[in-house]
Amino acid sequence: MKRQFMVLLFSSVAAFVQAAEVNVYSARQEELIKPVLDKFSADTGIKVNLITGKPDELISRMASEGRNSPADVLISTDVGRLYRAQTQGLLQPVQSELLTKAIPAHLRDPQQHWFGLTLRARPVIYVPGKVDPTRINTIEDLTKPEFKGRICIRSSDNIYNQSMLAAMIASVGEAKTLEFAKGLVANFAQPPTGGDRDQIKAAAAGVCDIAIANTYYLAGMFDDAKDAAAAKAVKVLWPNQQDRGAHINISGAGVAKYAPNKAAAQQLIEYMVLPEAQNWYASKNHEYPVLADVAWSPVLQGFGTFKAEQLPLVKLGELNAKALQLMDQAGWK
Amino acid sequence: MQFTKLHWRQLPLLLVVGLLLMPLLVVFRSLLSPDLALWQHLLATVLPDYLQNSLLLAAGVGAGALLLGTSLAWLIVFFRFPGRNLLQWLLLLPMAMPAYIIAYSYTGLLDFAGPVQSLLRDFFGWRYGDYYFPQVRSLGGAILLLSLVLYPYVYLLARSAFASQSERLAEASLSLGFTRRQHFFRVTLPMARPALITGTALAMMEAFADYGTVQYFGVPTLTTGIFRTWFGMGQQQGAAQLSALLCTLVLALIYLELASRRQLHFYYTGQSHNDIKTHQVRGIRGYLLLLLALLPLLLGFVIPALQLAMLADWAALLSNDYVLLLWHSFSLAFAAALLVVALATWLCYGLRLNRHWLVQLLIRLSAMGYAIPGTVIAIGVMLPLAFVDNELDLFAEQYFGVRTGLLFSGTVVALLLAYAVRFLAVALQGIEAGLGQIKPSMDQAARSLGLTPLQVLWRVHVPLLRPTVLTALLLVFVDVLKELPATLLLRPFNFNTLAVKSYELASDERLADAALPALTIVLVGLGPVLLLTRALDKKSSVGH
Repeated sequence: MKRQFMVLLFSSVAAFVQAAEVNVYSARQEELIKPVLDKFSADTGIKVNLITGKPDELISRMASEGRNSPADVLISTDVGRLYRAQTQGLLQPVQSELLTKAIPAHLRDPQQHWFGLTLRARPVIYVPGKVDPTRINTIEDLTKPEFKGRICIRSSDNIYNQSMLAAMIASVGEAKTLEFAKGLVANFAQPPTGGDRDQIKAAAAGVCDIAIANTYYLAGMFDDAKDAAAAKAVKVLWPNQQDRGAHINISGAGVAKYAPNKAAAQQLIEYMVLPEAQNWYASKNHEYPVLADVAWSPVLQGFGTFKAEQLPLVKLGELNAKALQLMDQAGWK
Repeated sequence: MQFTKLHWRQLPLLLVVGLLLMPLLVVFRSLLSPDLALWQHLLATVLPDYLQNSLLLAAGVGAGALLLGTSLAWLIVFFRFPGRNLLQWLLLLPMAMPAYIIAYSYTGLLDFAGPVQSLLRDFFGWRYGDYYFPQVRSLGGAILLLSLVLYPYVYLLARSAFASQSERLAEASLSLGFTRRQHFFRVTLPMARPALITGTALAMMEAFADYGTVQYFGVPTLTTGIFRTWFGMGQQQGAAQLSALLCTLVLALIYLELASRRQLHFYYTGQSHNDIKTHQVRGIRGYLLLLLALLPLLLGFVIPALQLAMLADWAALLSNDYVLLLWHSFSLAFAAALLVVALATWLCYGLRLNRHWLVQLLIRLSAMGYAIPGTVIAIGVMLPLAFVDNELDLFAEQYFGVRTGLLFSGTVVALLLAYAVRFLAVALQGIEAGLGQIKPSMDQAARSLGLTPLQVLWRVHVPLLRPTVLTALLLVFVDVLKELPATLLLRPFNFNTLAVKSYELASDERLADAALPALTIVLVGLGPVLLLTRALDKKSSVGH
């Protein structure tokens, strides 16, 4: 009797987890993912359940939930976290011709655990008239004495800076990267505070002449009545065009190791590289599509085309901790 | 009354405290395996900065909140001036303002590119470097802004402490030759000391735990260090060890608070008085007082709230999402407040009945959660819950052939547990201070009349403690409403709160979109502030 009751109890609990749905753990915030997910639901009839949060915390949650984790898809806004989830054994490989065809090889995991969905770049942003753009060919040029007290960049707590330095370590080695970090810190106009937009605004207001920020922040400022003036006062410069290319990162996704709805999970990721979804990202959040033939937003087109780093992005994940230690040593707050 | 042996009846109490301590144990367990290389790196580079900034921040905020809270309470209790009746609850409003929101707001106003400095430059024809303007995003800025939103903790407790003192005391002082001023500094203030210290300690603990503001301001503290070590370097152990260091600082704070209180025992004589002599200030001086008392309200609430209101996209008010957000936030905060205050009352009573060192120690320790960053607590809740869930699942599969999946993880239960761990201190401190003012002879009288201990709690203490309990409810409600990191990490699917929403947008540097949910937190917080202050006032004017 007791046993029967327990079986009944447990199976009724288990029955909760059925029906056509897919569970998403997203480090990309709701505003910037929900419209695509809603469209996916409308087109496929698959219900999407969503939790958003900070990437590492979502990864911790998946790890602690173990084989009972309801997560099907993990979405992250940088490659370092996808790599971390992969090394913790939280993702599973996906064989999808659609994905491997659409996404260039260096923008996805060689073993197909995760896939880049959009690209973001981190160029040099300068105030025309105050800076002679021909003096800056590489990001390393920013350490020259002539730029002393003229550079704004946010704190080294930020993942975009960590990834940028990790990429540099992968390309030129630890010693040169440390030298770069020290030189850059020596040229800071102010102690690092605020976000990427704040750096651009500081440059526009005259605190510094050069800012380093991600493209979609600058592009977003054009859409914001309050910030548009600052955005118009600066220009984008693509560094390292003669050598390794400008620094890029991805937002991407992978299928969870214990995904209860694996097929739907794969379907969702594939949906995100269809031209329509890629188009939405490109126009709404000003990110570069991974799909080659999708048009960029007019603002992004205004920034011009550029040569991007061809580094396998998996390196950024591997070297993140090293990058942070170098920044500590350089005194980059 | 002084039981010194552990009785089996204390078992449920110990179990609950054990549950509340679990997340902290997860943190401290990390100390068993120190990572020397990491610590060497931290010591050589950033740790001295972390420690110094955390200590300065907490000390600065403590001093700021104490000064603001005490002087405002003094003005409100002992003086009558125009607008005082309205002001006495308006002064609580900054409490509803999340610290990271006020930080975003003031940065927008006061930094180089903001309207204030731009106006100055346009007016005087200055350029960058021509003039000095204090940097908002600095340790000093963080101290100021946190003090502005945390002073209500001191104000609230100081006000009831001042108001509960009898005028007969003043008569005694005056008849012994004290002036009014001497009476205030030598009698009123020392007697209110437990309340003042409790409020200050709460503000300091909040300052220790702050992440949003210092992170945005680029001030490296222990909390930002924890995140950096954990997420940036992927060193969960090292991060937990830094958390343990933070806990140690907080323990020291709790100890100091206790030690300062131990020397003092002031008791209610059972009746409360409402005969405080207030000083009527008329004319221009009255309005000057009003202006002075308005200042913290303006800076801590009106200016940032107005800025939010101007930025807000009011069209979003009508969406279904918005109503759902409101409902989630309100119901969650209300449920958590009830739970936490009930727990705290029970624990404090246990503390009163049982002076066994183990009970004492464990309950003290369980208050530590208040100063630990929400994320650390959330992880501390998540790991053991998931462990239990997974074990149950295995067990059910083995013996019944069915899998249960996750029963607690990812449900509201996990959230409530995290809130209880994080905010117990808020309720505990106030209620304990309140309970401490009730003479032990009251218990003895009630027991000798045949009441059981629980009946004493329910029929004697709770009615006497009503103002304190209501205050605790209010504080926890507002705190949960603003709580972000634990909510973010533990919430169920498709479950958003106002704090989550406003944070997501603000952290993406879209303050305009974040304005409406942020403002709503403030507005939802207003309702209970109003209701409870009225209830408090009614209580104190009716007397017992």
